[in-house]
Amino acid sequence: MPNIKELEDLTTQVRRDILRMVHKVNSGHPGGSLGCAEFFVSLYQEIMDRNEGFDMDGKGEDLFFLSNGHISPVYYSVLARSGYFSVDELNTFRLIDSRLQGHPTTHEGLPGIRIASGSLGQGMSVAIGAAQAKKLNNDDHLVYSLHGDGELQEGQNWEAIMYASAKKVDNLISAIDLNGQQIDGSTDDVLPMGSIKGKFEAFGWTVIDIEEGNNIEAVLKGMAEAKSLTGKGKPVCVLLHTIMGNGVDFMMHTHAWHGKAPNDEQLEIGLNQNAETLGDY
Amino acid sequence: MKTYTYKEKKDTRSGFGAGLAELGRTNPNVVALCADLIGSLKMNQFIDENPERFFQIGIAEANMMGIAAGLTIGGKIPFTGTFANFSTGRVYDQIRQSIAYSGKNVKICASHAGLTLGEDGATHQILEDIGLMKMLPGMVVINPCDYNQTKAATIAIAEHDGPVYLRFGRPSVPIFTPADQKFEIGKAIQLTEGTDVTIVATGHLVWEALEASKALHEAGISAEVINIHTIKPLDDKAILDSVAKTGCIVTAEEHNHLGGLGESVARVLAQHRPTPQEFVATNDTFGESGTPAQLMDKYGLNSAAIEKAVKKVLKRK
Repeated sequence: MPNIKELEDLTTQVRRDILRMVHKVNSGHPGGSLGCAEFFVSLYQEIMDRNEGFDMDGKGEDLFFLSNGHISPVYYSVLARSGYFSVDELNTFRLIDSRLQGHPTTHEGLPGIRIASGSLGQGMSVAIGAAQAKKLNNDDHLVYSLHGDGELQEGQNWEAIMYASAKKVDNLISAIDLNGQQIDGSTDDVLPMGSIKGKFEAFGWTVIDIEEGNNIEAVLKGMAEAKSLTGKGKPVCVLLHTIMGNGVDFMMHTHAWHGKAPNDEQLEIGLNQNAETLGDY
Repeated sequence: MKTYTYKEKKDTRSGFGAGLAELGRTNPNVVALCADLIGSLKMNQFIDENPERFFQIGIAEANMMGIAAGLTIGGKIPFTGTFANFSTGRVYDQIRQSIAYSGKNVKICASHAGLTLGEDGATHQILEDIGLMKMLPGMVVINPCDYNQTKAATIAIAEHDGPVYLRFGRPSVPIFTPADQKFEIGKAIQLTEGTDVTIVATGHLVWEALEASKALHEAGISAEVINIHTIKPLDDKAILDSVAKTGCIVTAEEHNHLGGLGESVARVLAQHRPTPQEFVATNDTFGESGTPAQLMDKYGLNSAAIEKAVKKVLKRK
């Protein structure tokens, strides 16, 4: 059984990392990163079956692809704190000569990253390809991906969603970060997408909701259920209901902090709401 | 002067199909993807022999490029197949981010390039693809000249670790290169020796350059014809060595003069040996419907156009 307290402590530390990273360079995307902290911690600490070290081909282990690459702060923090590289390197986020580029890339050789992402809408296709390679290799491990809800406005997603069910890519679990916000406002203001659940179901996916996407126990339970639904002829979609900016009160429930860094005072408030648990980098 | 003859004409896309089929038998990591153009790309034999290694994507090229990138993770060597237009312009961002920037070992195989696609007209006749692809860091760009060379190139690119753009076409063209050739990426092939002018050509224009050199020979002009099958990386040395002898150059390609082989050659010459150059290429224009021969004539992409360009450049020496 996972130790929930330990995972919660790690999540709090990840939130501190996110705030400190974007504050230092006065740029980056804290809102979506904070909202997905529980998901990333659960995935890398409990859900995924991962090999030691990093191998690009990832044979014999579960794989994860981040499609909405702008939430790189949470990705980098959890990768570092899961052993892919030193947590000290978080200090280099978005700086010249860093492996921690503004958006994730394989180009600088950062362990843990298997595809560049940032230009939106491309990650599901890549995850599908990796999942089909696993089938060809008789590798029964799973492929996970994460996408923003606003990101679903990109048409390539729907090509991929149509394909995955038609070709029975049932070793794929794609999570949608359903925070209802994008840069210019709420997703309903920018371009209402109607029922995302209904759309995925109409396209032939199995869909489950994790209503409390910022509750570690709920995420673990939901992702375990998602895993149990793989291998049944359909790809699995997890609608992860999160709060953008979760854990920092003034950043919550608004798109305002999608891509804006806190100033010194705001950082202090945010850090005070998230006590240091495992030690800052 | 060395002369070239041919017994048979065939389309270069069939050379791709034959090369892919051979890879299917020899390299278990090779997989193929197609966006609803199996027959046009001549992929049937590979598919018949390796159904489990073929992915029919449907009319969704962006998804195809992403899936191809994903398949490399797991050690596969994906060959994507669709028309050149849909292999490049339509999916530029997918190629840029998920393949080129991510350093993925995807082979983008593009048929029906250029005007010789013919009657379908300008929506399908891309004349910008070499430029689009050569600008991507790390991308290899290859445009072979006949069936045999396209087959050899297809087989060779499987051994290259990294993204490749392989461009070929629809019409039947003379087969004049050897069936048993070894294809070396980035290595130009000198077809004729000459002293008065260098003609560097790529793709379908290589045969036209040979035809032009015959006529020029009869007129007392000695042309050195070089087959540049690889536009990137360009064989700078072969070009510079040749113009050191001849002192002038004509470049010939089924592509816009902006962004094509000619501009790549001009860059090399400008940096190392400024040399008079004429361009046989389209002049910043879209194509139109017509037979391949009519179009190549109208847009100045045949042996007659090359002869004319040679005579012009000789006056500038």
